[in-house]
Amino acid sequence: MKNFEFASPQTEAEAVGLLQDHGGRTAVLAGGTDLVGLLQADLVAPERVVDVRQIQSMSGVRREADGLWVGALTTLDDVLASPLLKPYLSLVQVADAHHAIQIQSSGTLGGDLCHLPNCWYYRNGYGLLAMKDGESLVETGDNRYHAILGNSGPAKFVNASRFAPALIAWGAKVRIIGPAPEQVEVVPLEYFYISPKSANQGNTILKPGQLISHIWLPAIEPTHVSATYEVLQMEGLDWPLATASVTLDVEGGIVRAARVVLGHVAPTPWVSQEAASLLRNQMVTEDLANAVGAAAVSKATPLSNNEYKVQIAKTAVKRAVLKAVGQLEGGL
Amino acid sequence: MRDRETQERYGPDVSRRSFLKGSGVAVAATAIATAAEEALAQDKKAASAASSSKAQDVELTINGEVHKLKLEPRVTLLDAIRNDCHLTGCKEVCTTKNCGACTVMIDGKAVYACTRLAIAEQGKKITTVEALSAGGKVDPVIPCFIKHDATQCGYCTPGFVVATRAFLNEHPKATLEEIQKGLGGNLCRCGTYDGVAKCALELAKGGA
Repeated sequence: MKNFEFASPQTEAEAVGLLQDHGGRTAVLAGGTDLVGLLQADLVAPERVVDVRQIQSMSGVRREADGLWVGALTTLDDVLASPLLKPYLSLVQVADAHHAIQIQSSGTLGGDLCHLPNCWYYRNGYGLLAMKDGESLVETGDNRYHAILGNSGPAKFVNASRFAPALIAWGAKVRIIGPAPEQVEVVPLEYFYISPKSANQGNTILKPGQLISHIWLPAIEPTHVSATYEVLQMEGLDWPLATASVTLDVEGGIVRAARVVLGHVAPTPWVSQEAASLLRNQMVTEDLANAVGAAAVSKATPLSNNEYKVQIAKTAVKRAVLKAVGQLEGGL
Repeated sequence: MRDRETQERYGPDVSRRSFLKGSGVAVAATAIATAAEEALAQDKKAASAASSSKAQDVELTINGEVHKLKLEPRVTLLDAIRNDCHLTGCKEVCTTKNCGACTVMIDGKAVYACTRLAIAEQGKKITTVEALSAGGKVDPVIPCFIKHDATQCGYCTPGFVVATRAFLNEHPKATLEEIQKGLGGNLCRCGTYDGVAKCALELAKGGA
């Protein structure tokens, strides 16, 4: 691990200032569950690490007229304990599915959204695009956990965030601060992620010196229902093979509006318009849920070793839809 | 078992580690807080928001004791606890938040010590497995692990014991399903999961 300076600011403005130095070659530390591992593996080598956990304005959940403002430092434990977040079932389900009290106590929502891919080529130093001698290691190598959608470009990894699908299905936005002092933008989370086209591009729109301070969620209506269905290989702490989150607006048994978002299937969270459009103005049945699942993966282009993920993603969507309306039987 | 053998061979106050150190097989550099270092610690409060990358004063409160150390910002909490504070109960195995062998408590919550920087954990109440059998008071988790044969090679055991204690503190009436989920962040290559779960379940039922 290369050495770095350490800073522990008290305010958002101080944090932005500290992140700008060294030409933006700085890193944000919150729970540490991703960054400290990246530092130890020399995959990230900042000149300065800025611990943002002392910034009180970035903690807690606030109800405002326009919806909820959730601090980026909100931990998984906080998600599970928050009365304000409780109605957003699909989010609570993700926090609950992290089968490790150590991650639930440390991991933050902001950190989850910025979690770098778990692609083993990336984690072993071959970069996000996993190129060696001009060739994609993923295409010819072991790609069992890689993308089955949106993988025609150079990026084949899957986005690692577990909360992004549920948050995007709720129409969440992120409040991004920096790099200039006082600079603030609020961006739909759906547009936060990018599939990099070149080796020096990241996988989010964050520029050096920027960080997520808050997540905005729309106010919940009594007709809103939601669910997340993650397919995990292990009972313990594990990353999903595929995941699906749905948010539905159901009136009199009929779906008025729907959002279907898949995770761990593409370099970005995958919003499926095909799946959502099948749900609109329909009553949810098992047959419909099946068709929605099939529609969500209809454009899948699996790699040499991950065709199995197509079926898993399809089933995740089907079960998330049924779970949202309380029709999923038998848990698993 | 090994500890008991060591004690029989070398007397009650000699642990395997202190024997190795004393015999010169492993020589560990000890951080001794000198008067000069203490003076530097006083100045620290006036320091600016950004520290340098050089070794600097770091104070860790572990098991109620303040350790005054000189550490570079890159030193992980796990390395500081093991190498600088010589509390070797927490183990380094994966360093990538996968295995749980390094589990300690910070302000009562179970945390992977490999995912924290020591410099960022000053002022927090850090508890390691050593505190669970300190001063002749043994935490009920430990005899219960033995009763249910929840250890084999023992490498994951300290982390598992700390995680079990932290979990039971927050879920004193946990069900088996809740225990299996909550303790899913600790791996055991020998497969002692059944014994660990039985131990946690017994203590949850007894309200310990």
